[in-house]
Amino acid sequence: MIRIQCPFCGERDHSEFTYGGDGSIKYPALNAPIKDWLAAVFHRKNIRGLQLESWHHINGCRMWLLVERDTVTHKIESVRAAHIDFQKILKV
Amino acid sequence: MTAQRLISGGRIDRNKIIKFSWDDCWMNGHPGDTLASALMANNEKVIGRSFKYHRPRGIMSAGVEESGAIVTIGEGAKRDANVKATTQELYHGLTAFGQNAWPSVRFDVGSLSNAFSQFLAAGFYYKTFMGLPPFEWGQGTGTWMLYEKLIRRAAGMGTSSREPDPDNYEHGHIFCDVLIVGSGPAGLSAAAKLSQTGLDVLIVEQDFEPGGDYLNQSTTSVKYSQLLENINNSDIRLMTRTTVFGLYDHGTAGLLERVTDHLSSPSAASPRQRFWTVRSKHIILATGALERNIAFGNNDLPGIMTAASATTYLNRFGILPGKKIIISTNNDSAYGVSIALANAGASVKLLDARTTLPSKLSHTAKGHGVDLKASAAALNASGSKSVSGLEIATLNEEAWVQGGSEDCDLVLISGGWSPIINLLSHRGSKPLWDDENCCFMPGSTDEHIEIAGAGIGIWELSKCEVSGEVAAAAAAKALGKTTTDVKKPSSNGWSEKIRPLYEVKIHGKGQKSFVDPQHDVTANDIKLAHQEGFISVEHLKRYTTLGMATDQGKMGNVIGIALMAEALDKNISSVGTTIFRPPYTPVSLGAFTGRNFNNHFRPLRRTPMDEWNISHNATLTDAGLWRRPWYFSRHNETIKEAYIRETTTTRNVVGLCDVTSLGKIAVQGPDATEFLNRIYTNPFAKLPIGKARYGIMLRDDGIVLDDGTTWRLAETDYFMTTTTANAARVMVWLEELLQLRWSDLKVHVTSVSEQWAGCAVAGPLSRDILKSSIETPNLASDENLPFMGVIETKLKNGVPCRIARISFSGEMASEIYVPSDYGPAMMDLLWETAEPLGGCLYGLEALGTMRIEKGHVTGAELDGRVTLEDAGLGKMASNKKDFIGNVLRKRPAMVDDYRPQLVGIFPKNRKEIFNAGAILCNEDNISGLGEGWITGVTYSPVFGHWIGIGFIAGGYKNWISRGAIAADPVRKGNIEVEIVSPHMYDPKGSRHHG
Repeated sequence: MIRIQCPFCGERDHSEFTYGGDGSIKYPALNAPIKDWLAAVFHRKNIRGLQLESWHHINGCRMWLLVERDTVTHKIESVRAAHIDFQKILKV
Repeated sequence: MTAQRLISGGRIDRNKIIKFSWDDCWMNGHPGDTLASALMANNEKVIGRSFKYHRPRGIMSAGVEESGAIVTIGEGAKRDANVKATTQELYHGLTAFGQNAWPSVRFDVGSLSNAFSQFLAAGFYYKTFMGLPPFEWGQGTGTWMLYEKLIRRAAGMGTSSREPDPDNYEHGHIFCDVLIVGSGPAGLSAAAKLSQTGLDVLIVEQDFEPGGDYLNQSTTSVKYSQLLENINNSDIRLMTRTTVFGLYDHGTAGLLERVTDHLSSPSAASPRQRFWTVRSKHIILATGALERNIAFGNNDLPGIMTAASATTYLNRFGILPGKKIIISTNNDSAYGVSIALANAGASVKLLDARTTLPSKLSHTAKGHGVDLKASAAALNASGSKSVSGLEIATLNEEAWVQGGSEDCDLVLISGGWSPIINLLSHRGSKPLWDDENCCFMPGSTDEHIEIAGAGIGIWELSKCEVSGEVAAAAAAKALGKTTTDVKKPSSNGWSEKIRPLYEVKIHGKGQKSFVDPQHDVTANDIKLAHQEGFISVEHLKRYTTLGMATDQGKMGNVIGIALMAEALDKNISSVGTTIFRPPYTPVSLGAFTGRNFNNHFRPLRRTPMDEWNISHNATLTDAGLWRRPWYFSRHNETIKEAYIRETTTTRNVVGLCDVTSLGKIAVQGPDATEFLNRIYTNPFAKLPIGKARYGIMLRDDGIVLDDGTTWRLAETDYFMTTTTANAARVMVWLEELLQLRWSDLKVHVTSVSEQWAGCAVAGPLSRDILKSSIETPNLASDENLPFMGVIETKLKNGVPCRIARISFSGEMASEIYVPSDYGPAMMDLLWETAEPLGGCLYGLEALGTMRIEKGHVTGAELDGRVTLEDAGLGKMASNKKDFIGNVLRKRPAMVDDYRPQLVGIFPKNRKEIFNAGAILCNEDNISGLGEGWITGVTYSPVFGHWIGIGFIAGGYKNWISRGAIAADPVRKGNIEVEIVSPHMYDPKGSRHHG
């Protein structure tokens, strides 16, 4: 059971979360060229090792988090709020 | 084997008798006995029959590695198959049965298969019965399936009860700082060491008594008593009868606690077993080691067991397991066993495969009357149902030769010790072969796990104690606590070298030597697998089924791997090992299930009007987690009669329907309008306050996600509705967009599905109902509440409500929402007016009929493959703004004219019926995936025949003059159908505009 240190709720089981996917993706503007959208939506990397991914604390505070996780060992290096403003507030 | 209970000694209570039954024969045992020890004390020899050859099997060990004494416990619904007699605690009235045998384990007709065993080698059944010519040529696997049933009946283990499990199971959760697995010398020492630190420590022991190897000593160790006292006086928790069956990420462990499996009459309030999830910060594995067998002829005969288990039966259970004992060993550990047995009065001969005997040990053993022989090993056992003699092999220049034979009634084997590395393997740590100790040692790990004692190849009890303290100190340090210093034990491993020995055989002489007795895998099977090209251990395992029985290779894996290495002429380290996976010992399915079954399998969502609906004669149905009215039967109407009446009444008069299950989301904030404009395909920027709009959301890839209406209540306040099925998904999607992508938008979304109870009022008289139900009737006029209009007001009874004039049925209709608790009050009020007017209540079935007549889509159509155009909603895409999915929905394959598109379906012969799920085919080509499919059908009161909705290539315009077939070969056969526009009823929408 992966345990995730939610910045809002504390350490919780992964069963409280849902996995969002690659958290490093910068989605293009809504009117961006199709190649940008294809890259963002379909051309994903299958990383072996440390990966930035998004997790949703769906059965908790409902906040989206950015988690740096090793896909081999499941070791978690860092967890932060996905929303930039919360990141700033929690840092203080 | 002529075993006998001694008059004194052991940890059993001879003053109390426990009566139990073995194959319908009542016997006596004592508190402290396992079923195996009690059977042994009663001199029972044949306890089981083997998996494939039905060979007689006896007690082979004293623990979880047992492969012989596997029995069925209990009768009827409580029957529990494949229980290891060595781990089953005895209780009054226990009933045990031999299994895989007829009529009994002592005389088994199936043992005839042993006579044909040379034909039954690895892969025999597959080779013989699969693709058996000439019957199976071109027949697929039909004949194999027939044979398989017969084969399965002949081979196998116990059978489980077919009745529902009458027992209860629970799930529990534990948090701790340090989890110690095993309460032997290392585990208890570690715990005692940690008792100084104030850390929260949990020790878990699979046995019913803590102590591990301490329990096998002839006298109770003083250290053992001190450690237990120390732990009992601390806050440390000790769980017995509990197995750590798996280790998972981040310090999580899975535990199975056997709560009542040892009780004759458990309290009805107690669960049979508990499934615990432990979350720990640090883990100490003090799991010990298991003694190995050696492959030699007939090494599975009853009366042959591991050497150390004899000490257990002697010292823990007070049983002398044999009178004339031969021990075959390749290491020092069996010397202590020989001395203990000789002291208890047995005649003991010890064969040591090593050319030189260990000087000090052999001197002591001789002093106790043990007959020692170097360069010797067990070669072939004889006896029909229990061992009565042993041929001995002696070493002649590193080759085994015949060395005479001797009578005996018990053969004990020590082929070396294997650390129990299963739990660390669960963490993905690869075991490493150790040539010095002839075993796999635990590999390295980055996780917070320490290993102590025999689990890292420390074979001496006192050194195990120190090793436990070392592990405790390391765990304490990692958790920021200090302990007094401990020195590492001087050395691991053997003081006198072990001789690698896995199989004893004489060149050119055939014999049946078992590697994995539980699955009847022999040394020859391993060699055969090698000859047939299976050289990877993983393939070897699957081909021979080595290590795939309920003991998961605890006894046989190392021998199998060693023999494979020999066949390949490689080192064991380069052959490697298979990976151990959870569970360490079997876990009953009931424990995994816990209380999550039947009605507790998933939550039930009831609308606030659930009781109201039931009291108005609703028949209910499940819609996802929700329970909704299906139809409201009057005067014993069938479902069909009911929904036809409800549809007709709603279309002609008025109907009320509980629509609470629709998803409802409050979208609020200064940027709410901009947000909606981005997520919906159609424009929302200019939606006036007091108006609702139907909208469709796409996913990033341009596929339709969901549809629904969104109502503008105020400048910055919207009320969004979603489909019942997608409510949760849409909420997650909106949260993702706002938090991950558009954190600059000032919008907050809140799920308010549970906060609002909803009722649809549909039909020509719906406005009359509204007028009579609200405080200010005039607000419901066509002017104040036009089509897609929204008002917030109060019901006549003072309940605040919001109303939108929207229609799913196609009739003039409104949805009224009130705070949840007022749902029943709202229904009372509306029904008070509707009933006298001749209105009705309608359920999901009538709702479905009306939406199919109208060609409105639901979850059945929006299945994650459908584009706007496919759903006939292409006009909903704005070309004046950007929105999610707008770029990728224009990919060439997504705009292909020949994609399946939403259509209506009529039977060509209007009297015929067709089914949802049927495949739509071109009339002259009924094959393959066809041209489309049917998602919903209903009898349509307005048309007077059955109609359907579905998708077909190119849409209905492509099929105007072409015949189609609703192909449904499994259920109904093929029906000719006519493809029509999906807007079958009132295509202009004049009815809902009123």
